[in-house]
This record gives sequence, C-alpha cells and structure tokens, in this order.
Amino acid sequence: MKSLYRYLGITGLAGLALTLFWVLVSFVGPLIAPYSPGEIVNYDVFLPMSWEHLLGTDYLGRSVLSRVMDGARFTVGLAFAAALLASLLGTGLGLFSAVSGKALDESISRVMDALLSIPNKIFALVMIAALGSSIPILLLITAITYTPGVFRIARSLAVNINQMDYIQVARARGEGRIYLASVEVLPNMIHPMLTDFGLRFVYVVLLLSSLSFLGLGVQPPNADLGSLVRENMSGLWEGAPAIMAPAAAIISLTIGVNLFIDSLRSSR
Amino acid sequence: MNTIVNLLLKRLGISLVTLLLVSAVVFLITNLLPGDPVQEMLGQAATPEVVEALRTKLGLNQPAYIRYMNWLGSLLSGDPGVSLANNMPVAELVSDRLPRSLMLAGITTLVAVPFALFVGILAASYSDTRVDHFISTIVMFVVAVPEFLIATIAVLIFSVHLGWLSAVSYAPQDPTLQEFIATYALPVMTLSLVLVGQMSRMTRAALIEQMQQPYVEMAILKGASHSRLVLRHALPNAVGPIANAVALSLSYLMGGVVIVEVIFNYPGIASLMVDSVTNRDFPLLQACAMLFCTGYLILVFMADICAILSNPKLRN
Repeated sequence: MKSLYRYLGITGLAGLALTLFWVLVSFVGPLIAPYSPGEIVNYDVFLPMSWEHLLGTDYLGRSVLSRVMDGARFTVGLAFAAALLASLLGTGLGLFSAVSGKALDESISRVMDALLSIPNKIFALVMIAALGSSIPILLLITAITYTPGVFRIARSLAVNINQMDYIQVARARGEGRIYLASVEVLPNMIHPMLTDFGLRFVYVVLLLSSLSFLGLGVQPPNADLGSLVRENMSGLWEGAPAIMAPAAAIISLTIGVNLFIDSLRSSR
Repeated sequence: MNTIVNLLLKRLGISLVTLLLVSAVVFLITNLLPGDPVQEMLGQAATPEVVEALRTKLGLNQPAYIRYMNWLGSLLSGDPGVSLANNMPVAELVSDRLPRSLMLAGITTLVAVPFALFVGILAASYSDTRVDHFISTIVMFVVAVPEFLIATIAVLIFSVHLGWLSAVSYAPQDPTLQEFIATYALPVMTLSLVLVGQMSRMTRAALIEQMQQPYVEMAILKGASHSRLVLRHALPNAVGPIANAVALSLSYLMGGVVIVEVIFNYPGIASLMVDSVTNRDFPLLQACAMLFCTGYLILVFMADICAILSNPKLRN
C-alpha cells in the first residue's frame, strides 16, 4: 500500500479508488440495488434524498439509486468493451502497417488520416443513422470511431521501435516479419498502449453518454448514465437528485480514470 | 518564396484528397443499410411497381459507384438532392441554418482561442510551479466533463439559480445587443470551456517542448529575462505546433456544436443533422456531414498556412 502511494501519489490513488468503485458498482450493482431499475416505487416524482429512497425518485417515480447502478453497468461495460476493441484493432493495424511495405503502409495511413479528419461525433452520428443503435451496434460504432486514433499512436510507436538496433540484429539473424512484429516489437508497445487504452475509455464514456443524451445512444427500456440525464431533464428546475446523481456519476467516473492515468504517466 | 508556395499547394492537394476519401467513407456508411430505404419510405402497402418507379426516380437501381459519382457531382454543383423527411431541397434547408452555426462557431473561436493561448502560455512560462499545477488541474476537470453536462450545469447556475439568462437560444433576426448576449452567452460559454481546456493543454506542451531546446539554454546563459525567453525566443518557434493544436481542438468544437445546439434549441446545422439522424433522412445527413468535415478541413488547412508562414526557416 505504501509503495502504491509512493508510485501514484495522492491524486493517482484517489483516481484508482474512484475507478475501482465504478467497476465494482457495475459488477455488483444489480445484485445489491434496492429495487429493480424499471419498478415504480413511489407515486411522487422527483423526490429529494431520503432514507427510504437514498437518491430520491425519477420522473416516473422509479428509484434513482437503482437506475444509476444499472446505468453504470451499461456505461462502464460498453465503454470498456469498445475501448478494448478499438485498442486491439488500432494496435494490430498500426503494427501491421509499420512492418508492411511502403505502399501498403502509405495507403493504410492515408485512409486512417481521412477517418481521423471526420469529427468523432459526426462520424458516430452517420453510423448510427445507417446502422441503428442497438447495444452491439453501439459497441461497434464507438470502437470504430476511436480505432484511427489508436492506429496513429500505435503505428508511430511501432515505426520507432522497428528502427532500433536489436530489431536490426533480429532481422540480420533472418527472423520473419511476423516473428519480428509479434515477439520483438509488440511487447515494447504494450505499456504505452495500456495508458492510451485508459484515455480511450474516457473518450468512449464521453461519446456514449453524449449520444445517449441526444436520444441516439442506449435505447429504452435500457438506460446508461447519459440517458438518465436526458430523461430527467425536467427535474433540472428543482435541482432533483434524479438529474444530479447520474451527472455526478459520469463526472466522477471520467475524472477518476483521468487522475489514475495521469499519475501513471508522470510516475514513469 | 517558391518553397512556401510549393508547400502550400502540396498541403492543399492533401486536403482535397482527404476530403475525397471522407466523401467516399460517408457515402459508403450511409449505403451500408441492409433494408430497402424505398420500401421503408412507402410502407408495406406499396405495390412493387410503385417501389420500382421510385427507385428509378431516386436513381437507386444504378450500381453504387455510379450513384457515388452522381452524388459527388450534385454536392459540387451545390444541389445535394431533396430531403426525404419534408420534401424540401437540402440546399434550402442547409443555407437557412448554416450562417447561424458559423456565427456560433465563429464567436466561440474568437472567445476561446485568445483565452486558451493566454492560459497555455501562462502555464508554460510558469511550468512546474503552483500556477501551472492549478491550471493543469482545472483543465483536467474541464476536459473530463462532457459538453452536455457543462451546459446543464451552466443552465442550472445561470438560468435556474441566478435567473440571468434564458435556457433557450431564440436567435432573433435583428437582435439588440442585449438579446445578442442573452442568446449567445450560455452556448458560447459551454463550447469555449471545453475548447480552452483542450487548446491550452496542447499550447502548453508545444511551448514547453521549445523551452527545452538548446537555443533557449543559450538565451538563458546570455542573461535574457524570463519573459523575453518565453515570448521572444520560444514562442515564435512554437507558432507552428500551436496552430496545429488549435486546429485539432477545433475538431472538438465541431462535436461540441452538435450537443450545444440541441440543448439550447439553437436553430443551426448541427440540430438539423441530429434530426436527420432520427428521421434517417440520408440526403440531408450526407450533406450535413460533408459540411462539417469540409469546415474542419478548411480550419486545419488554415492552421497549416499559419504554421508554414510563421516558420522562419522557410523565409528568404
């Protein structure tokens, strides 16, 4: 614990705690939630915090605590899966591009640059219009949106590593391209790509909750944290916890992960 | 002088190729749709003859690459078809809204860029002091909060609690100064906050990279003052990277505009685009997406021009 504190610092530790908290909530939330997320528990809507309903009730009189716990499952789960998919696709493609011939490398990079020049939200909106927004499609869309960004970082890393002496030695030894890429280059990319994964996770959370806020992301009866903010907008005028709680959940999740990643980077 | 012109032409060429690729991507995605859009428009009751007739009318029975060429041609000629949702020409719908969005984006840029440069330069010239840590912390918080929450919080503070500003942007035709400020204050504030966060962070990084160069060390040894060091020696060399950073951040502006226009009911091109997604109105959607991408590429190109013109090594 002491060495962890020395490694991450107080802010990094706080970030780690917040991150773990939300991971935990998204795993055990549905088990310990006081009510089912769809159940109407009170005929009064936008109730304030009370012992009976810890975070009050939402615009239909459902338990906000239960809904936030359920929403966190969607936000964290989807963002984790999408960031992971984007990292795997981007790293694989970047590595492949870096060790390929010049023509192939150039053309892959050109296409990725073109994709990068489409603003993220616009790209996601176009894909949603074409493919809809069921959960698997949303996962795919957010992953594809962030793949070019991962690709760019992975490729430049791989190109740099590829020029190092030990790679030249391995090449002179007569190793094949696949061996070079997977055994010699890839292991040295993993640490920076993990950091990048953390940042992508935050980006996906932001994109996904924004899409849900627009009503184009996770569709009812399911709801992620962004949908919860959207559906309770009318409670804003009374400052109801129904809108404050999911907002605070998103902010604490993204800031937590950011703090943790930041401390990892500065401790290197 | 020649090298500069050559460089600029080369950049322009790259931008045009990128734009062409982007149009191909947009066309490809919007044509991935497994279902039949004509059947969907006409409903289940339509006879096969009617469906076939509309397909012919919309040119959907031609192969994809011909349709792509036609679409590209119609975009270039300024007549990208008719909206499926309300049968109005897309050009008319868009030309109504475009000036308003440009206005919003323009004001935001005018507010955010100088402020971000100031904050970034301040953080870099006091790097690793309390000022820098304070700025970095605030920036990290701002960047981690999605625009729709910043907007929601801003409405909560300024409309609900203080009652200063309306939560909806009416954007009247000939606004008085007061109406103008009331319309733009909240949207511009929301957009600027995210933008300043992104930009100042990258400005700081670009400037600090220059500060670690040998020529700055030389200037320190020469006895130049700290402000002279930052402003006269490091800053001119960082203009290129900073211009790039600004252009990259403006991509966040493009995304942010989408959220902000919807939240504040601002009648711009982004809210039009969100409607077109909901209605699956593809001609309109394609046109809006291309407008956003073109706008972004123009901004990046302008940043490139700044970077090239400001590079002392290219001056004769």
